[in-house]
Amino acid sequence: MRIDKDLVAASATPLVLGILADGDLYGYAILKRVGELSGGRMQWTDGMLYPLLHRLERLGHVSASWGTSESGRRRKHYSITPTGRAALAERQAQWSVVADALRQVWESAPRPATVVEGWA
Amino acid sequence: MAHDDELEAQIDRWRGYVHRRQVISSADVDELEDHLRGQVTDLRATGLDDDEAFLVAIKRLGNLDAVSREYAREHSDRLWKQLALVPDDSPGSPAPRWRELAVVLALAVGAGLTVRAGFALIDDELALARNIGLLVMPFLAAYLGWKRQAGLRTVVAIAVPFVVLAVALNVYPFAPGGSTEVLAVLHAPVVLWLLVGLAYVAGSWRSDARRMDFVRFTGELAIYYTLLALGGGVLVGLTAGVLQIVGVDPEPVIAGWVLPFAVPGALVVAAWLVEAKQDVVENIAPVLTRIFTPLTIVMLVAVLVALTASGGLVEVDRELLILMDAILVLVLALLLYSISARDPLAPPALADWLQLVLVGAALAVDAVMLTAMLTRIAQFGTSPNKIAALGLNLLLLVHLGVSAWHSARFLRGHGTFSELERWQTRYLPVYAAWAAVVVIVFPPLFDFA
Repeated sequence: MRIDKDLVAASATPLVLGILADGDLYGYAILKRVGELSGGRMQWTDGMLYPLLHRLERLGHVSASWGTSESGRRRKHYSITPTGRAALAERQAQWSVVADALRQVWESAPRPATVVEGWA
Repeated sequence: MAHDDELEAQIDRWRGYVHRRQVISSADVDELEDHLRGQVTDLRATGLDDDEAFLVAIKRLGNLDAVSREYAREHSDRLWKQLALVPDDSPGSPAPRWRELAVVLALAVGAGLTVRAGFALIDDELALARNIGLLVMPFLAAYLGWKRQAGLRTVVAIAVPFVVLAVALNVYPFAPGGSTEVLAVLHAPVVLWLLVGLAYVAGSWRSDARRMDFVRFTGELAIYYTLLALGGGVLVGLTAGVLQIVGVDPEPVIAGWVLPFAVPGALVVAAWLVEAKQDVVENIAPVLTRIFTPLTIVMLVAVLVALTASGGLVEVDRELLILMDAILVLVLALLLYSISARDPLAPPALADWLQLVLVGAALAVDAVMLTAMLTRIAQFGTSPNKIAALGLNLLLLVHLGVSAWHSARFLRGHGTFSELERWQTRYLPVYAAWAAVVVIVFPPLFDFA
């Protein structure tokens, strides 16, 4: 499924922060985790993750350190900072309001998915 | 094994390709390469061969143009290198470059003509000193505004304060030999420089990144201008030497024509060079700050020791205080320049500790000077000079104090470098505001004495 890019952009920051809240990771591992969490249905343009991580680093939400991978190459690891956790908590609160409102709308409105199926 | 070689070669080619994007630093390429290799390994595990795995991994990284744009948005400081390249992006049309050169030369000649006319029309030396900045600055601002295609709002935002400043400097009935006039002469360039900054950032004057770019621009401009002045000095000196030997007195021509044209003209040309050749100086800036930060620390400590060893602070005389203010402003310029040249994401290093020591030493010197000034004021009462100096020192105290605090937070891992950066860019306009107060409010306040 292709997810609208505005939606991906809006959810990227809380997703990354939330994944890092579970433990330090490097870029590719974060993307794999996103894939796992969405059952492979959320596909990012991989290259876009890194400018996002750098922005979070500049804002002080994550900190980065260079280590080495199993194969001995340079690898950059990211971990969440206390400011990042605070930002995550705030995003969580915002998203739960949005999700809650959406859920109520879905419940009261007819499900568009059935219409699509009817056409197919 | 042969497969691995092929893959390595492909990754190598890819690295070279990405590396040409100046907004993606080599550390970022390392990070992307690590990603690419992780992806390739996982794809091979699902049964793809090397080529297929590499192609899919590249595809998933995304369109390089779009990704670089995203990097550029985040790392606008790196974009600094590219700014100049933007107009040249359309290959096959050399016209814009020629047009820019023509505009630069026309403005440089214009600045020279204006200054020469000023020399011819204004007899009074102090009146000339009051106006010299007003004569040159519009040409510099015009070049930057032209280059940025500044909108009407920017033009108005620059023109209105410029006119106010020009009127105040020329209409105020300054008392002959009074200190408010000298203060106005000294502070007017600071206000004018803010107006140049408005032309430079064109519209996005709220943006911290653009303000930092202007700080960089100022630093590089100083370097280029010095280089031009040195070269010009050698050239003029040699020519004058030859002419003297031949029996022609070059003095009137040099003082009357060459200098009034060359000195303001070189400023416009230097601005153009900074805009066009940023990449060259980019590499010098960090080196210069690394050399001069420790040297300045030594100088400040020596000054501090000399000040305290000389005993009574009341004895400290006026010239010394003025000189010390100049030193502190220099330290501030060095601090700003080194902050603007630093990669904000790099972890704390020795240079950052040195910077903190530098700020600490400057704070100590500033504190000593403030005590000296306050004692002088308590003993001899106020004067425009003393209030202006006191104001500047208080501004410096706040600036340096908060910088030290941010620096220490960053070094102890509690804050980010960009907080320190933001503090600088947000505080800078305060100096121009203070300078405007000294130029506009001080003379009437002290009866133009």
